[in-house]
Amino acid sequence: MIWDKKAECMTAKERESLQLGRLQAIVTYAYEKVPFYKKRFNSAKFKPSDIKTLADIKKIPFTEKADLREVYPFGMFAVPGTEIVEVHSSSGTTGTPVVVGYTRNDIDLWGEVVARALTMAGTTRGDLIQNGYGYGLFTGGLGVHYGAQKIGATVVPVSAGQTKRQIQIMADFGTTILTCTPSYALYLAEAIEEEGVAKKKIKLKAGVFGAEMWTERMRQEIERRLKLDALNIYGLTEIIGPGVAQECMDKTGSHIAEDHFYPEIISPETLEPLPEGEKGELVLTTLTREGMPVIRFRTKDITSLKKGQCPCGRTLVKMDRVTGRSDDMLKVRGVIVFPSKIEKALLSVKGIEPHYQIYVTRPHHLDEVEVKVEVSKKVFSDEIKHLEELRKKLEKAIDEAIGLRVKVTLVEPKSLPRSEGKAKRVFDQRQL
Amino acid sequence: MGELRQLSVFAENKPGRLEKITKVFADEGVNILAIYISSIGDYGVIKFIVDRTDQAYTSLKGKGFTVSLNEVLGIELEDRPGMLYEVVRALGKHAINVENVHVLVGESRNKAFLIVEVEDVKEAKERLKGENIRFY
Repeated sequence: MIWDKKAECMTAKERESLQLGRLQAIVTYAYEKVPFYKKRFNSAKFKPSDIKTLADIKKIPFTEKADLREVYPFGMFAVPGTEIVEVHSSSGTTGTPVVVGYTRNDIDLWGEVVARALTMAGTTRGDLIQNGYGYGLFTGGLGVHYGAQKIGATVVPVSAGQTKRQIQIMADFGTTILTCTPSYALYLAEAIEEEGVAKKKIKLKAGVFGAEMWTERMRQEIERRLKLDALNIYGLTEIIGPGVAQECMDKTGSHIAEDHFYPEIISPETLEPLPEGEKGELVLTTLTREGMPVIRFRTKDITSLKKGQCPCGRTLVKMDRVTGRSDDMLKVRGVIVFPSKIEKALLSVKGIEPHYQIYVTRPHHLDEVEVKVEVSKKVFSDEIKHLEELRKKLEKAIDEAIGLRVKVTLVEPKSLPRSEGKAKRVFDQRQL
Repeated sequence: MGELRQLSVFAENKPGRLEKITKVFADEGVNILAIYISSIGDYGVIKFIVDRTDQAYTSLKGKGFTVSLNEVLGIELEDRPGMLYEVVRALGKHAINVENVHVLVGESRNKAFLIVEVEDVKEAKERLKGENIRFY
């Protein structure tokens, strides 16, 4: 099923000409309407008329999260307040929050791209969507909500948390589509098993999971336990929220709505564009946002792009799983470590669940990494001997994956916090 | 000759862990007959023999503890010199590999049980059949 066949299946040539026209228009629009861009472009000696081809995009200066913070709260808006019908905001966990404004057309666009996403997961009017993303300033809840409304599916705005209630709704209402973070999906699976809910009462078909990094192993685990197709949704507040990209049933990457969000991959070191297929930092440009155009935004997400026709019929470029963040990449004893690699190593050991935390400390002028892993019922042994074997096995698996000896500590089940939004898993306590 | 079952609970080596576990027993009116703690570094396994095993097991599980239930060998010990020696000798003679041992004192205090963790309780009992050994 394809929500917008024309937009999602056009030829590369058609799309490129559409993108170029939109890029030229949005760059001009941003330059004229947002003082920040005028100043930035001028000081880089860039003129909107310099954009002759799509490749010329590399002439435009980047926009970073810090820039968006600096103009807090409304400095990036391109329209007067009377045109803004909604605002959202990033959590601000790492500093001043970023505020994003939407015009009526922006909200309509948001609904469209999320409708595409939900349709990729097989959602139709007949489905019941249990929306476990937080409603509020966080874009997850309302973004999915607008998409569901476009389709005409029934949306249950349960929001994040309240696990018992989630399970009750799932069983009593007969939820078919679940939307939440992947770690919360796993937590729900755990809780469903513990509550002993009859299997036939759970009618889930697909899950649209996002807002945090996850792995293929985690997908398999969720699919096995919840008996659904687990698909990735990608998005970020600065660009629009969820719906920037979505995985189809082919499960080989997420289709970017590139007619609205133009993607590039750059090297986080040289900042130069990288050839197709190479791994680097994703940079996005909103091609059609009115309220707040964002030009060449450095997402810090590490991924790669793959063009071409997908077996699902779509021609939209696919982005690979986000495997790390260029700013969350840890440097431990000089070695670059992506937390996702540690997760992959942990999950390669049978019975281990993806509930872990990574602590980096520097006790004696030398970096130490400690990975706390919960001991689930499945891997528990009443013999210390066996638990020690498990611990060593985990240490070995991580060593092999990242080339670094770490200390694995076994902790009690459910002692690590479960996330309802973005899971915080890395704690760098080195005070560098 | 009954079945003696032991609860094993995973616990981090932190103050208050034992308190949390035993509170579950106290609240449920479960009586602890024997306790044994084996720990290494940051964590350990606490083992209990209790009067109402199933109840204790369900409660602990319900409270989110990682807990397992295993059958162990309970060998009667009379309160006299040389008793433990005789038992251990018998175990050795029949090549029964002992993983862990602790003691459960009977209600009368005249009798105690040696709690022996072995891989296969049934097989161990079978091998010890000819010996002058009484089981729990």
